[in-house]
Amino acid sequence: MHYTTRPMRVFQWFNAFLLGLLALLCVLPIIHILAVSFSSSAAATAGLVRFWPIDFNVKSYEFVLSSGLFLKSLLVTLERVGIGVAVNMLLTLITAYPLSKDSERFKQRTIYTWFMLVTILFSGGIVPLFMIVRETGIMGSIWALILPGAVPVFNVILLLNFFRNLPKELEEAAFIDGAGHMSTLFRIFVPLSLPALATIGLLTVVNHWNAWFDGLIFMNSPDRYPLQSYLQTIIIQRDYSNMTEQDLKTMQLISDRTIKSAQIFLGALPILLLYPFLQKYFVTGITLGSVKE
Amino acid sequence: MKRSTLSNWPLHLLLLPAVILLLVYCYGPMFGIVIAFQKFIPAKGFLGSDWIGFDNFRYILSLSDMREIMWNTVYISVMKIIAGVVVPLTVSLLLNEIRHRLFKRGVQTLIYLPHFLSWVILGGILVDILSPSTGIVNAFLGLFGINPVYFLGENSWFPYVLVISDIWKEFGFSTIIYLAALTGINPSLYEAAVMDGASRIKQIWHITLPGIRTIVVLLMTLSLGNVLNAGFEQVFNLYSPQVYDSGDIIDTYVYRMGLISAQYGPATAIGLFKSVISLVLISTTYYLAYKFAKYRIF
Repeated sequence: MHYTTRPMRVFQWFNAFLLGLLALLCVLPIIHILAVSFSSSAAATAGLVRFWPIDFNVKSYEFVLSSGLFLKSLLVTLERVGIGVAVNMLLTLITAYPLSKDSERFKQRTIYTWFMLVTILFSGGIVPLFMIVRETGIMGSIWALILPGAVPVFNVILLLNFFRNLPKELEEAAFIDGAGHMSTLFRIFVPLSLPALATIGLLTVVNHWNAWFDGLIFMNSPDRYPLQSYLQTIIIQRDYSNMTEQDLKTMQLISDRTIKSAQIFLGALPILLLYPFLQKYFVTGITLGSVKE
Repeated sequence: MKRSTLSNWPLHLLLLPAVILLLVYCYGPMFGIVIAFQKFIPAKGFLGSDWIGFDNFRYILSLSDMREIMWNTVYISVMKIIAGVVVPLTVSLLLNEIRHRLFKRGVQTLIYLPHFLSWVILGGILVDILSPSTGIVNAFLGLFGINPVYFLGENSWFPYVLVISDIWKEFGFSTIIYLAALTGINPSLYEAAVMDGASRIKQIWHITLPGIRTIVVLLMTLSLGNVLNAGFEQVFNLYSPQVYDSGDIIDTYVYRMGLISAQYGPATAIGLFKSVISLVLISTTYYLAYKFAKYRIF
């Protein structure tokens, strides 16, 4: 389609300019933070930094990466991502598979489905959840960050819809050849749903990396906080009570602002690194659950 | 042909772990709502605490903050819902007019990046750039002779900062959904319109908009179920006591009351109130979505 009329060409240029500006506006704040994190304390405190570092240096990063609590919380996050993603994915698989069966073959499917749906529609609220986590004795342990959200019902729905769209004949053939449910799931369904699983897996990694509120309320002591919860207390609440005296002294030498910026950037870095992959599978992910029989 | 003689017990077995976990960590808290009717003492547990009927509800209704919190919640979330449809829809229509594929893709890539970042990160960025002393936004406004504005500390600004920053995080995501719907429109409709001499504006009005009407109505309907969710994670990372008047919402209030001040009963009562209204809203919207757009999640 070509626009030959003059107003149309003017519109095209204006439109492109507007959208370009909008796109730039979305990422400029992040670039600004990055520039501040590499600038000298003097320039940052005086508010001189725009989108390029002034007096480039890496002191803030050196400080952050040598601080005990930051590294400790990073380890907790890595542990949480590792265990959490494995648990979420396994449960998604073994829950989506039975629910993808027809209700004529698997009569109780409807009951199970409603059992899951109710958890989306209604929740007890934050205080009762807190008490249950306490009663089950996982408060303060890594399991407090994993078990309460261990069954991602939305992902189960995405995957079961994907399973339902696989050709029925494959499954029938497997059963006739003597395969049981387990081998059908892991040797036929799983290999066929790798793109769907990749999408769900990536989103699960992002969710675990980004989660901060559960860490804040379920981990009793700050040295067990995952990274995002730790950053929440340092950057947002400005609670420095858990820092060592040594850290506080060094912090006075470097600017508070550049250190915060460095921490913000490091907290976002893994997501930025995953972003190309997220983007690739993203549209697949949106349309995944939308195809119905 | 006999379909299969396979027994179903492995299916039940596969579902067992999820059923147990959901029973404990989703249905357990639902049972825990009894706290709302108790003078709850954690050491005595759900069953051992004293029952006090509707006293907690009477107490929360007597609180002067309640009206304000309800109003803030609904005001903020309604603005978010409206902006959350208008902005992405406009951007997707404009993006759809771009013929340069690489440019279009580039814009898409940049606009939904913030969607994947947590509110801790985005909150940290916002606190920095909106600072009245060193923030780059106020430095920019200063170029036009505007005095520094304390965006996160003034009640007249705070709700709008919430709405705008929520758009920053989420509009890219919805834009992609609308764009996907736009590409699904049959191109021969446009060709026919061009043959009939329809202008670009007329094409948008008569073909594009009707083509995505269903998805717009659907997304709008589903978002109505969230009227009482004004965005806990966002507000929690941006607010401060100065802006409680305009920015304190149900969820942040319940958090402070329940987990900071340990007023378990009243906090659960407010939570229950919210859950019940949300249940009604969500069920209604799902029903409407199914009825009008044949949308169902299962």
